[in-house]
Amino acid sequence: MTTATTTPNSAAKQSSGAPVIQMIGVSKWYTPEFQVLDACSTSVQKGEVVVVCGPSGSGKSTLIKCVNALEPFQQGDIFVEGVQVNDRATNLPKLRSRIGMVFQNFELFPHLTIMENLTLAQRKVLKRGKDEADAKARKLLQRVGLSDQAPKYPGQLSGGQQQRVAIARALAMDPVAMLFDEPTSALDPEMVSEVLDVMVELAREGMTMMVVTHEMGFARKVANRVIFMDKGAIVEDVPTEEFFGSPRSERAQLFLSKILSH
Amino acid sequence: MFSNFDFQVIIDALPYLFLQGMVFTLKLTLLAAIFGTIFGTVLALMRLSGVWPLPQIAGAYVNFVRSLPLLLVIFWFFFLVPFIAQKMVGSPRPIPIDPFLTALITFSLFEAVFFSEIMRAGIQSLPKGQVAAGYALGLSYTQVMRRIVLPQAFRNMLPVLLTQTIVLFQDTSLVYVLSLNDFLGIAGKIGQRDGRLTEMYIFAALVYFLISFAASQAVRRLQAHTAIIR
Repeated sequence: MTTATTTPNSAAKQSSGAPVIQMIGVSKWYTPEFQVLDACSTSVQKGEVVVVCGPSGSGKSTLIKCVNALEPFQQGDIFVEGVQVNDRATNLPKLRSRIGMVFQNFELFPHLTIMENLTLAQRKVLKRGKDEADAKARKLLQRVGLSDQAPKYPGQLSGGQQQRVAIARALAMDPVAMLFDEPTSALDPEMVSEVLDVMVELAREGMTMMVVTHEMGFARKVANRVIFMDKGAIVEDVPTEEFFGSPRSERAQLFLSKILSH
Repeated sequence: MFSNFDFQVIIDALPYLFLQGMVFTLKLTLLAAIFGTIFGTVLALMRLSGVWPLPQIAGAYVNFVRSLPLLLVIFWFFFLVPFIAQKMVGSPRPIPIDPFLTALITFSLFEAVFFSEIMRAGIQSLPKGQVAAGYALGLSYTQVMRRIVLPQAFRNMLPVLLTQTIVLFQDTSLVYVLSLNDFLGIAGKIGQRDGRLTEMYIFAALVYFLISFAASQAVRRLQAHTAIIR
């Protein structure tokens, strides 16, 4: 195991009390020989924005997919608002509905309109009525600047627009935290900023966020902490200024020099 | 051979051929396609479920039925099921089962195997992220399947399902072995009665060809129309 992974209480806006997301020694193996996660521990307080970065294949995406049990893991525990994710008795659909997730490839449902994409889970999971779900969807579409796209299908929208719809779809469930899995990696360069703008606004409004991304500008701007992963382990878990000022591990220094040098 | 080709025998037989024979054939085809698709979808979901022993059961069924000639299955059902029913009910003699029902059950069970392979391909062709996105929103397995996976799989596979239905339409002619009055059965009976087998079989071939060909052209058009934009 590499360096220790305790949470520094750096973020000014983080409140005391139980963290929204808490991971304790999470390990995962694909095969007995191939370990993807190596005793990862961290926590995310209410209102905190944590950026997870690291070289590809370091387990960042796998780690955040463990938070809402999209990926199973063999060792350790994860708690979301005190509810144990890896407990067989946990009502997973209910727990997942409280955590929003945005995927690299948007994953809007192509056979449903934008409106239906935003209302499906509201109605089926939260049992909201049609009027309430529609109103909520409209409000969120307006917020991400896509009010006029409601009757269209995802295939008719640009990548940046689709990702903004995906964010709105996750927000429609009134989540306590949002997970972002490389939300801008599949986008054309000119569309990256429109998605980041929405995320920055969300962060400033106090949303609890865990973001896997290579966008270091975003990290500098809004992240309270940066987690650096390598080979499945959390190598650094430090306040943002500290990470960009003087990363302690050589790995992180190398990584930063590679992505910030141009 | 064609010098004495008798068109009149065909014209006289038209009402019987179409109003009874073709109606029977189409009814059997459509109902078997519907039940076959439903049962096939269940088989596909079982195979992909990963919940022991469902994939094993579905896989064994698919492999078993696929290895049998359709004709054998038809005979098997027609001659054995009355005896099985007799045993089950404890009746003194074999319980005759309506031949149409026999044919429908046979074709549904048999075709389900092919429809299940089509649906399985359709489900597997969807990006894994679609299922993950559904779960991430808090939808249950049933809701993810019903609202997200199956509608897309069905729509993507509709042309293949319909093409398989056209094959089924041709295969239903095998019920002639049960002396059922499907289109080909009636054509054969009239041909034998009037000694005009050439006329009747040529005409039957023409009708099967025209319907199947027109249907596959329609499927091709539909294919361009229903493709989901990604």
